[in-house]
Amino acid sequence: MSLRALVFGYGNPGRLDDGLGPAFAQALADRQLEGVRTDAGYQLSVEDAAALAACDLVIFADAAVQGAEPFFLEAIEPRAALSFSSHSIEPSALLALGEELFGARPRAWALGIRGYHFNEFGERLSAAAEANLAAALEFFEGWHRAGFLPPTEEGERVDHVGAQGDDSLRG
Amino acid sequence: MNETSTRRIVIEPVTRVEGHGKVTILLDEQQQVRQARLHIVEFRGFERFIQGRPFWEAPVLVQRLCGICPVSHHLAAAKAMDRIVGVDRLSPTAEKMRRLMHYGQIFQSHALHFFHLVSPDLLFGFDADPTVRNIVGVARKFPELAKQGVLMRKFGQEVIRATAGKKIHGTGAIPGGVNKNLSIAERDALLEEAEPMLEWSLAALKIARDYTLEHQSELADFAAFPSSHMCLVRPDGGLDLYDGRLRAIDADGEVIFDQLDDQRYSEQIVEEVRSWSYMKFPFIRDLGPEKGWYRVGPLSRMSACESIETPEAEKARREFIDFAGGRPSTLSMAYHWARMIELLHAYEKVIELLDDPDLQGDELLLRGERREEAVGIIEAPRGTLIHHYRVNADDQITMANLIVSTTHNNEPMNRAVTGVARRYLSGATITEGLLNRVEVAIRAYDPCLSCATHAMGQMPLVVTLVGPDGEVIDRRSRP
Repeated sequence: MSLRALVFGYGNPGRLDDGLGPAFAQALADRQLEGVRTDAGYQLSVEDAAALAACDLVIFADAAVQGAEPFFLEAIEPRAALSFSSHSIEPSALLALGEELFGARPRAWALGIRGYHFNEFGERLSAAAEANLAAALEFFEGWHRAGFLPPTEEGERVDHVGAQGDDSLRG
Repeated sequence: MNETSTRRIVIEPVTRVEGHGKVTILLDEQQQVRQARLHIVEFRGFERFIQGRPFWEAPVLVQRLCGICPVSHHLAAAKAMDRIVGVDRLSPTAEKMRRLMHYGQIFQSHALHFFHLVSPDLLFGFDADPTVRNIVGVARKFPELAKQGVLMRKFGQEVIRATAGKKIHGTGAIPGGVNKNLSIAERDALLEEAEPMLEWSLAALKIARDYTLEHQSELADFAAFPSSHMCLVRPDGGLDLYDGRLRAIDADGEVIFDQLDDQRYSEQIVEEVRSWSYMKFPFIRDLGPEKGWYRVGPLSRMSACESIETPEAEKARREFIDFAGGRPSTLSMAYHWARMIELLHAYEKVIELLDDPDLQGDELLLRGERREEAVGIIEAPRGTLIHHYRVNADDQITMANLIVSTTHNNEPMNRAVTGVARRYLSGATITEGLLNRVEVAIRAYDPCLSCATHAMGQMPLVVTLVGPDGEVIDRRSRP
């Protein structure tokens, strides 16, 4: 039985490269990969915790304002949030909420696709962000074909995976 | 130190409000708080961005403004564009679909704000360990309550999805009407999910009410101050969150202006610019910039309206007004109680609308005589939201002016922070207790600072103490 994967792509497509997450989710939806569901939103929110119970693997795809190019991938664990925005929630806190309220324990990864332009309005990705998005999609398709084996193990595709410290994901 | 020297304490960014806020506390030479300022980096570029775009794109484009409140901007823009296409009154189906969307939004936004943001403060206390005082802490200690909050938010989102067409980039409201009605299947699915929501809404209201009653003496000394209030009301003075005319009352509850046509808002609302803030400071023209500031949002709506048309919410409103002695409440923390009354009202309206066969009607769109300028005003979850546009003969938007609820509440939030700082600052050190209370006071207003993007890699909470010459005396961050 193949793994049930859920990809959350989030960000504001009206803020240039902040739309990388939804663009990633939409591109995957178009590919109709077996066992892969997608969802998109301006941000993660608490009700997304309920969806975690129905998947084995979850990938949180977001634009990254810093860190490795073209993207990085990092395993994340449930963690009570110390700092919230009022109406959004960080991936690690969402995992903790899903575990507490719905018994959800999916393997989880944060996919940070490097963006460069965030501070203007505009519904387009920069050329560099487009290239990073393409690289992330290519990686994801390979990872999907490989059965979502942990990509940081030896022999897995790691050349596009930047080794990131905690700071890059803790917003 | 000369006479104008002050010490500055900077708290940035404020946690658990959207985007990045920064608080500066200005001390005088006696180490007393002279003034506190909440700096909000409001992104004004949107009004330029939308210029030149076709007017019919506005209801979709404006959703990009805010990841939290896209439906409010969607509906305010659509209301303005109704006027542009010459429609002053929508078809019953269109108006009720829009109202359903709006009440669904109010329900989900208020539920999320209360359970996610506020309940940790109320349930664990302002001084509880931040590692516990959060939604996951609530989920561990009060799992049923947390689950209810999540499912209430989810229900509101489903109402939005059914009326706006989709969760992101909704297109339900278009100039002159809507582009879909509600199918029987959609209606029945929502009614099935709605079943436990009344009980949960009443329970949430009770938490907010009981908290206010049990802590009233403490709250009277916490970011409390008299103010004017403004909101939309119906012709009979009743609460209406979707449409109406503007009413403003003073701190004694006396009317400043009433039944002001929304198209003429600028006759009474003036925006002032101050050098230290990107955000404008609106005031009531007749009262002037010094005395003309006012509050908006749930507290103001409960204070300024004369009734609520739904029975459970009206019962709760009467108790709220009795608690305040028949006058507008001065308590910033009473926003939470008022917000939960509106949550209940939104639930009652959703149920009422779902039972209305007009939602299955097929007269979706009307047209009239084209206009060049129009205003759309809605009572968004956080307060009055004004969209004002001009459109040229080529259908292009040539001017947009948006006044969001956080802008209306700019001066009140500064006063709330100043009050808390004066009460709780001791010496020139930011204690955890002061920091917590500054954040709690700001959160009462639920300011929308989300014009900032949220992408990975943003700053955590940083507290900086800055001396009179600008040097950093101390800095701490959380987490």
